[in-house]
Amino acid sequence: MRRVAKLSAACIATAALALTATACGSTSSGNDSSSSASAGSSKGGIKIGLAYDVGGRGDRSFNDSAARGADKAAKEFGGSLKELTAKSSDTEADREQRLTDLADAGYNPIVAVGFSYATSVDKVAAKYPKVNFGLIDAVAKAKNVDSITFTEEQGSYLAGVAAALKTKKDHVGFIGGVDTPLIKKFEAGYAQGVKDTNPKVKVDVQYLTHGSDFSGFADPAKGKEAASGMLDNGVDVIYAAAGSSGNGSIEAVSGVKGAWAIGVDSDQYNIPGLAKFKNSILTSMVKNVDVGVYDFIKSVHDGKPLTGNQLYSLAKGGVGLSTSGGFIDDIQPKLDEAKKKIVDGTITVKTS
Amino acid sequence: MNKLTQRIDKERLLLGIAAPLLAVVAALVVTTLVILATGKNPGAAFSDMLTYGSASDSQVYILNKATTYYLAGVSVAIGFRMNLFNIGVDGQYRIAAFFAAVLGGALTTPGWISIPLIILCAMGTGAVWAGIAGVLKVTRGVSEVISTIMLNAIATAIIAYLLQPGKLAELQAGGTVVSTKPLPQSSYFFQIDTGAAGELWGFIVIAVIVGIAYWFVLGRTRFGFDLRTVGQSESAAAASGVSVKKMIATSMLISGAIAGLIGMPTLLNDSHQFSNDFPVGIGFTGIAIALLGRNNPVGIALGALLWGFLERTTNHLEFEGYDKEILGVIQGVIVLCVVIAYELVRRYGLKRQQQRVGAELAAQAAAPTQKQEVA
Repeated sequence: MRRVAKLSAACIATAALALTATACGSTSSGNDSSSSASAGSSKGGIKIGLAYDVGGRGDRSFNDSAARGADKAAKEFGGSLKELTAKSSDTEADREQRLTDLADAGYNPIVAVGFSYATSVDKVAAKYPKVNFGLIDAVAKAKNVDSITFTEEQGSYLAGVAAALKTKKDHVGFIGGVDTPLIKKFEAGYAQGVKDTNPKVKVDVQYLTHGSDFSGFADPAKGKEAASGMLDNGVDVIYAAAGSSGNGSIEAVSGVKGAWAIGVDSDQYNIPGLAKFKNSILTSMVKNVDVGVYDFIKSVHDGKPLTGNQLYSLAKGGVGLSTSGGFIDDIQPKLDEAKKKIVDGTITVKTS
Repeated sequence: MNKLTQRIDKERLLLGIAAPLLAVVAALVVTTLVILATGKNPGAAFSDMLTYGSASDSQVYILNKATTYYLAGVSVAIGFRMNLFNIGVDGQYRIAAFFAAVLGGALTTPGWISIPLIILCAMGTGAVWAGIAGVLKVTRGVSEVISTIMLNAIATAIIAYLLQPGKLAELQAGGTVVSTKPLPQSSYFFQIDTGAAGELWGFIVIAVIVGIAYWFVLGRTRFGFDLRTVGQSESAAAASGVSVKKMIATSMLISGAIAGLIGMPTLLNDSHQFSNDFPVGIGFTGIAIALLGRNNPVGIALGALLWGFLERTTNHLEFEGYDKEILGVIQGVIVLCVVIAYELVRRYGLKRQQQRVGAELAAQAAAPTQKQEVA
């Protein structure tokens, strides 16, 4: 009896470990090329340090968008790139270690991708006043930090307009990765966009994980399951703001004829890993993290590092809808009209 | 006679050391193969782990992490000793830390009152949460594995519901982090400043006290004896007058109370608030560590330190260009190896014992004149 209990304990423990390992996402490709030859060997070029959120490079969404900006900057300025990725079991100490490691090795600037880094950036930035830090999706207090934030609710409003115009069953869905205030901004904007366009359309909302469990941002299986459930309930447009979990949702939607997926963060129609499903991707709410990252690195390279809070709004092109595939060409005038109203202030989009 | 017991003890000791050693060696071999398979040099990886892991700031990090892990390990081990599988440590510590943080944020009393109150609140909440599973098991016979894992999900939902701006939490600047009201400065637990290496969390003292109490209560008191007896055989314990139901309920409560402490080093020494980035999953880490340490107070400490070391150094391995998934592989392999190695060594020990007893009996039969001496 005792041995059975022990064995089952072992099995469950290892299963749990295996799960956390897979939840970190698999990005074994890609990130090796730049990392090994970096320290010291770059001649005069800029040394860019990147600390990703869970999912890391290869999530085809949020982190990838940041990676694109850094890649572009590194290519342009002849710099090198060092990338580290968060685990879902991270504590404050792990995040600090990641940033400290980068700062110690002489990386400057250092970009922290994701709001989880807010506290640790503040602490590490104070310790390394000469290093420039970039922080995405949160606002830091330290002076040598550029806080890069976006008006996700405005872009999501447009996604909601598109969803309301494209749904045939008057039933659309929203899948959020984790019920954080950030993702609630996406939800609020989307729901408002849907209701303003067609009040009859019903919006289903589901979050994959809650509270401090961030695995919902990096678990395609969960995204797929949630999307399948919504599709069974008669939803025919699903907007997923869930990091790499959104890939699962897109996959589920592609299996249903006439249903549309709305991508997030990156233009997911053009992501090679999602090419199989691209004909189901109506549009993507593009959050131009790459622009923010690139602007920041460029400013450091030019010797005038950005600091304070840079807000990338719809008016500045920080967020918007992608048009790849041409699926929303027919409703473009209506989208432009909505965009104009947001930019000139006729419509104020709620954030929660 | 004296010589005989000495010999057995020595052999048992040797076997006891052999198992973890075997496990670590096997884990090293497997890890080497995995690193080789990814086309990297394992030797460089191990030497990097050693040099980086022994740096002073790494030591502080490892000790801080191990403090949390040790409490998790002990909490799980209490259940294990009782043959109870408290898989709900994860939910227990999170809900305990949450309510303790809410209380701590609301208190305006001086530190020497607030800190014990916060800790007691955490232990109480953890105990209540585990107690639900205990009561269900005792009164309705519900398996604690099922009920505690369900309670984990319920804890997550309750925290998600209450950790909202306008309920028990507030939105921080930037609009992305929700947290409970931060503890006042006076409620911070003491830390030992080690200079450049960082701050060593004072909660390590509490962890040591818990370890000593665990050893004393289980090994040196009637209660501990009853608990272990129930763990080994419920019917035998009942026959010798131990109330099995009472023991189940009590040990579940104690396990939950210790689980409540798991979040305290982070809360009182580090974050000083419960936010949506509070660490999760430590309860499951605790299961692995309790297994690794064989429910032994010193063993659990070693396991917790090993875990902290692995996390610190594999974080750095990623920096050196190795794949970050290596950590999961190493940890998984170690747990598997430990379980297998202990089973192998246990069987070997049993066989040796049988052989020895057989040999002794044979010797007695062959030389009846010696019988008196031996007896």
